[in-house]
Amino acid sequence: MTIKTEIREGGPATSRSASRRSHGEAPFRFLSTGAGVLLLGIMAAIAVFLIGEAIPALRADKGNFLTELTWDPNSSQVFGIGALAFGTVLSSALALVIAMPIAVGVALFISHYAPRRLAGPLGYLIDLLAAVPSVIYGLWGVAFLVPLLREPSQWLNDTFGWFPLFAGEGAIGGKTMLAGGIVLAIMILPIIAAISREVFLQVPKMNEEAALALGATRWEMIRMAVLPFGRPGVISAAMLGLGRAMGETIAVALIFPATFGISFQILTPQGNSIAANIANGFGEAGDIGRGALIASGLVLFIITLLVNMAARMIINRRKELMKADT
Amino acid sequence: MSKQIQVSGLDAYYGSHKAIEDVSMTIEPRSITAFIGPSGCGKSTFLRTLNRMHEVIPGARVEGKVLLDGDDLYGGNVEPVSVRRMIGMVFQRPNPFPTMSIYDNVAAGLRLNGRISKSRLDDTVEESLKGANLWNEVKDRLSKPGAGLSGGQQQRLCIARAIAVKPQVLLMDEPCSALDPISTLAIEDLMAKLKDDYTIVIVTHNMQQAARVSDRTAFFNLAEQGKPGKVIEMDETSRMFTNPSHKATEDYITGRFG
Repeated sequence: MTIKTEIREGGPATSRSASRRSHGEAPFRFLSTGAGVLLLGIMAAIAVFLIGEAIPALRADKGNFLTELTWDPNSSQVFGIGALAFGTVLSSALALVIAMPIAVGVALFISHYAPRRLAGPLGYLIDLLAAVPSVIYGLWGVAFLVPLLREPSQWLNDTFGWFPLFAGEGAIGGKTMLAGGIVLAIMILPIIAAISREVFLQVPKMNEEAALALGATRWEMIRMAVLPFGRPGVISAAMLGLGRAMGETIAVALIFPATFGISFQILTPQGNSIAANIANGFGEAGDIGRGALIASGLVLFIITLLVNMAARMIINRRKELMKADT
Repeated sequence: MSKQIQVSGLDAYYGSHKAIEDVSMTIEPRSITAFIGPSGCGKSTFLRTLNRMHEVIPGARVEGKVLLDGDDLYGGNVEPVSVRRMIGMVFQRPNPFPTMSIYDNVAAGLRLNGRISKSRLDDTVEESLKGANLWNEVKDRLSKPGAGLSGGQQQRLCIARAIAVKPQVLLMDEPCSALDPISTLAIEDLMAKLKDDYTIVIVTHNMQQAARVSDRTAFFNLAEQGKPGKVIEMDETSRMFTNPSHKATEDYITGRFG
C-alpha cells in the first residue's frame, strides 16, 4: 500500500480531475480492504475453531482415523473416515456420471437446437430445478424413487450381475447407492447445464460458420466447433457439480441407510457419506463424538477444496489458451 | 472442377426486411468475379446465398433461382449441406478452428466425408497447403495450433481448408480486409493461381483489389438506407473501371461516395 501512495505523490497530481478522483478513493479503499480482511478473518476463525475442536477427538481415536471403517466415537472410541469418504466419493461420482450426459445434452439443445421460443422457458425451468430445497429432493427420493427403482434394480442385477457395480446377493433395491446417486444427479444437473449452456453460447459465430461452410451438418458442426471449444468449461462445470454433490447433506441423509463398509455394489441397500453422517450423528454425540464429526467435516472440506482447485486450474489454463487466440 | 453459376431474379430477406432484390447474373467458371459497392448494399448477403449460408441466420430466406451448371441449388430435394460441400467459402476474418492443429484444420472438411486413409489424408493436406502457398511456411509444424499463425497465414490456412474438399466454386467474403498489405498481396497472388482451377467470387471494399484481381466486376448499390440492394451494373473489370455505363458506378469507383 505504501508503494501506491508514493506513486501517486510522485505523479502529476496537479490536475483537477486527479485530485477529485482521489477524493472518493480513500473511503472506498478502506471499505473494500476492510471487507476483504473481514472475510479472511472469518475464514481463519472457522478454520481455527474446526481444528481446535477436532484435535482432542483425533487424539482420543483408538483406530486409524484415515483408514478405519467403523464410526463409534461415543463408546469404544474407534472411528475413521474410510467408509464415509468412500461413500461420499462413490455417490458423487455416480451422480456425475448420470448427470453429465443429460446436462450437456440439455445445454446443447437449449443453445443450438431449440427454437428461441422454447429455449428461454426451458433454460428457466432447468434453473428452477436448482431452487427446489434439498430436503424435498430427499423426501422425493425416499417416498417415490426408492420404490420405483426396485424392479429395474432387480433386472439390472439379474442381467448384468457379472459387472461389479451391479453385483450383489440377497436384497436388491431399496435405499441404495443408485437411488442416492440419481437424486444427487438431479440436484447437480442445473448448475452443470447452466454453465455448459453459457459456454456453448460463447462459441464464436465465425467458428460455427467455418464448420457449416465446409458442409458440416448441425451435429458435425457441434462436434467440430462447439464441443472442443466448450470442453474446458464443461469440465469445470462438472467439477463444480461434483463439489456440490459431495457436500450435499440432507437428501442423502434421508436416502442412505448409514452403513459403514466399502462396497461398489450400487444396487444393494448400503451407503453413507460424510455429510449425511454428520447430520445423523450430531444430535446425540458426546464431546469426543462432536470433535470426531468436525474432523470428518474437515476431511470433506479438503476433498471439495481439491476438486474446486482442479476446476480452477482448468479454467485458468483455458484463459491462457484464449490469450493465444487473439 | 469448376462450374458456372447462373442467378436469376434472386431476392434475399432477413425476416421481413428485404436485403437484396432481383439480382440476376452469370458467373463464369475459371475466372474471378468481384462484387463491389458501399457497406450495407447486400453484396455479402448475396455471396452467402450462393452456397446457402444465408439461411443459417434465423429468419433469413431466399426467393429466386441459383443454378450451378444448370442444377438449382434451392431445388426441393437439395440439401444445404451438399451445396456447401460443392461451394467453399472463405470469411472476412480468418477463422481456423482454435482447438485444432494446422493439419487437423485442413483435414476437417475431408473427415466429414467419412473414413479416409491416413496416407490419402496426408497427401491431400500437403496438396491443399501447397495450393494455398502455405506449405513451405508450416510443413515443419503441422501439429501446432492453427491459431498460432499470423493473420495472413491463418487466412491462407482457411483457403487450404476450403480447397481441400475440392469444391467447384470458392466464395471469398472480403478475405483481405483484416490483413496487412504484404499478406494481402500473398492472397491476391494465390487467387490468380487458384483461378486456373476454380470459379472464384470475391467481395471486396478495396477498389484497387477488384481492379487488380478480377475478370468481371458487379457493382451493388441501394437507393437509400433500409431499401434493398441491387446490382447496378456488371461488366468486364477493365471496362467497369475505365468506362462504366452508369453514373453511380463512376461516382463510387472514383471515390465520390461510399
